Amino acid sequence: MNIWLSYLIDSVAFGVTFIYGSTGEILTEKAGHLNLGIPGIMCMGGAGGCLVLNTIGKISMAMVEKGMSPLPGFVFVIAGILGAILMSMLMGLIYSFLTVTLRANQNVTGLVLTTFGTGLMKVIMSKLDHTIYLEGPKEFYRWPFHMRNDPLLYLGVLFYLSIFIALAASYVLYKTKVGLHLRAIGESPSTADAVGINVTKYKYLATIIGSAIAGLGGFYYIMDYSGSREAYLSIEAYGWMAIALVIFALWRPHFTIIGSIVFGFLFSFGSQIVNIEGISINLVMTYLLKMLPYICTIIVLIFTSIRNKRENQPPQSLGLPYFREDR
Amino acid sequence: MNDQKATSLREPLFHLTKRASISSAVAWLIRLAAVIIGLAVSGLIAFLLIEKLRLNPKEGIAKFYRCFYEGIWTEGKPFWENRSIWKFLKDTAMLLCIALAVTPAFKMKFWNTGAEGQTLMGILGAITVAVWLVPQARNASMSVPYWTLQLLMFGAAVLASTVWALIPAIFKAVWNTNETLFTLMMNYVAMNLVNMMLFIWRPKDFTLPSMNFDKLSFQFENLKSFVNNYLVIVLAVLALTFILFIYLKYTKHGYEISVVGESVRTAQYSGISVKKVIIRTMIVSGILCGVAGFLFASGLNKTIKPDDVGGNGFTAILVSWLAKFNPFGMIVTSALITVLNLGSAEISSDFDVSSAFPNVLVGIILFFVIGCEFFINYKIVFRKRSNRVKGASIK
Repeated sequence: MNIWLSYLIDSVAFGVTFIYGSTGEILTEKAGHLNLGIPGIMCMGGAGGCLVLNTIGKISMAMVEKGMSPLPGFVFVIAGILGAILMSMLMGLIYSFLTVTLRANQNVTGLVLTTFGTGLMKVIMSKLDHTIYLEGPKEFYRWPFHMRNDPLLYLGVLFYLSIFIALAASYVLYKTKVGLHLRAIGESPSTADAVGINVTKYKYLATIIGSAIAGLGGFYYIMDYSGSREAYLSIEAYGWMAIALVIFALWRPHFTIIGSIVFGFLFSFGSQIVNIEGISINLVMTYLLKMLPYICTIIVLIFTSIRNKRENQPPQSLGLPYFREDR
Repeated sequence: MNDQKATSLREPLFHLTKRASISSAVAWLIRLAAVIIGLAVSGLIAFLLIEKLRLNPKEGIAKFYRCFYEGIWTEGKPFWENRSIWKFLKDTAMLLCIALAVTPAFKMKFWNTGAEGQTLMGILGAITVAVWLVPQARNASMSVPYWTLQLLMFGAAVLASTVWALIPAIFKAVWNTNETLFTLMMNYVAMNLVNMMLFIWRPKDFTLPSMNFDKLSFQFENLKSFVNNYLVIVLAVLALTFILFIYLKYTKHGYEISVVGESVRTAQYSGISVKKVIIRTMIVSGILCGVAGFLFASGLNKTIKPDDVGGNGFTAILVSWLAKFNPFGMIVTSALITVLNLGSAEISSDFDVSSAFPNVLVGIILFFVIGCEFFINYKIVFRKRSNRVKGASIK
């Protein structure tokens, strides 16, 4: 395969981690909640999925020992995804209980959630057996390209799901009444409340569904893109990238698909460039290139604030708690 | 039938009102209760996660909670030679220093999530001076006078941190660019910058991205080595706490910060230039981060790694917020978080669990502490008994 093409496909696959993370974060932010807990939620999503796979992997092995056939692949895939979703929903529930019901400061709560999530994930993952949760089920997640040995390998089940979720999220946000209500809450919760929208319900649902989507990002990274037993150690860093991508995508889930490819491209530029013949760069440059995703995000942030176009701004009430009796 | 209608029209069982004021004693009692509940719940979670604890529950639980004490005090050692307590004081002081740095900005509702990067830039500034100056002097067969070097390092640290804090502040002031996300991104730019500098500085036979400069530490000959370094740091940070308290409470600058924090409109109407206040306050923040960076670079590590600040820049936000931006309250909250950190580090070594376990415990306890702020800010008013019942009792 052409080296540039394989690099491009690799970027696309890498970007899927960010698509999940930032689509989830966009839903939350549209409800007016800046969830800095996304890195922790992504970690816990990964841990939840692997925990389930570890359990059913053992069941499947026991069944083989008794002379039965092992569990089919799709059971592994669905159970893992459900595990990831459930665990990250739980994290989302903690966040929304603290910030919506108890009106805690969102930045502070998010940061604690990240500390908690990354810590708990490391504790859980250190107890799991990678030969059970990873080596066998990995192939099922990389279906239909699991037999290949080029980057096409990574475009597995969760890749298609991510594209679907990003497009569906955009559709719901911009083409349905539910999305309109949600965006209204993000702009001005008191106005939305006056119109008769149940602000609390929307905020809870947006945060919890958003968390579920984000959690899949961590799970995808472990099971599919990285597929190694040390994968879980780097999820936190990609979680912060996902938050950056939200700005880069101007709060539109379908833009995250393009944005994630750009991020994936920039992020692995330093390590990919050495493979490409005819290009030789100073090694110092690779460190500068690693900054590019963050710097690009800053530039987009500055650019949108200078242009000050209404529809490209963060939701107006982002980060502010809502209390009906406040003036 | 009629009764049913009446019940459906009754006001809800309880509703919430904002408290006008709460005595600080009650507020601290609520927080204390939250910490205790948090400790209990974290014990429960630990019970689920740690096998060693399940095997021998009775002794295990006692040992579990004892670790929080053992984390900060080594048994049978006098105060001045007690390594644990000095580590505790040093960690608290460093956390407090960064928390002081974020406080002025937070008070005017400028959500600076970039203290991590700003402090790291301070360290980088100080180390850059040392790396650049010391070999140059050696080549010219001179030595840099100790205090000159320290002073230059201090200046570079403050300058680098201030620049890093100033960039988002200017964009916020002029174009209202979202500062939370901007400062967050700046952290990662700083970390990659450190990685790059480490790569540039690497000795030829050196593979690990970290280096050591033995000659650059504070040296006070008449006291034992680790105590005196730490003592200087603790005293310096205490002095800063006092200064910041006065700055925020008794100066015009501090007053302007709190007006901007309360309402930008009010500030504008009363003739305060909001832009000026934002930029000036972030300079103050940057300077304080620079001090923290200098203390790290010169007093403690004498080296630099991308994770030198170790999440303290984020934890500082918690410290500041939990203390309601009161510098003296922050002494208590930073000490609390340090106790939790050191204690749970002790637990993870005693019970053979992952070194990430402290994060889990600290997270759980902080969830409760964050949640309890609700009961400090709001009052739950239960429904009064309906009039009819009251009337009956009067009869």
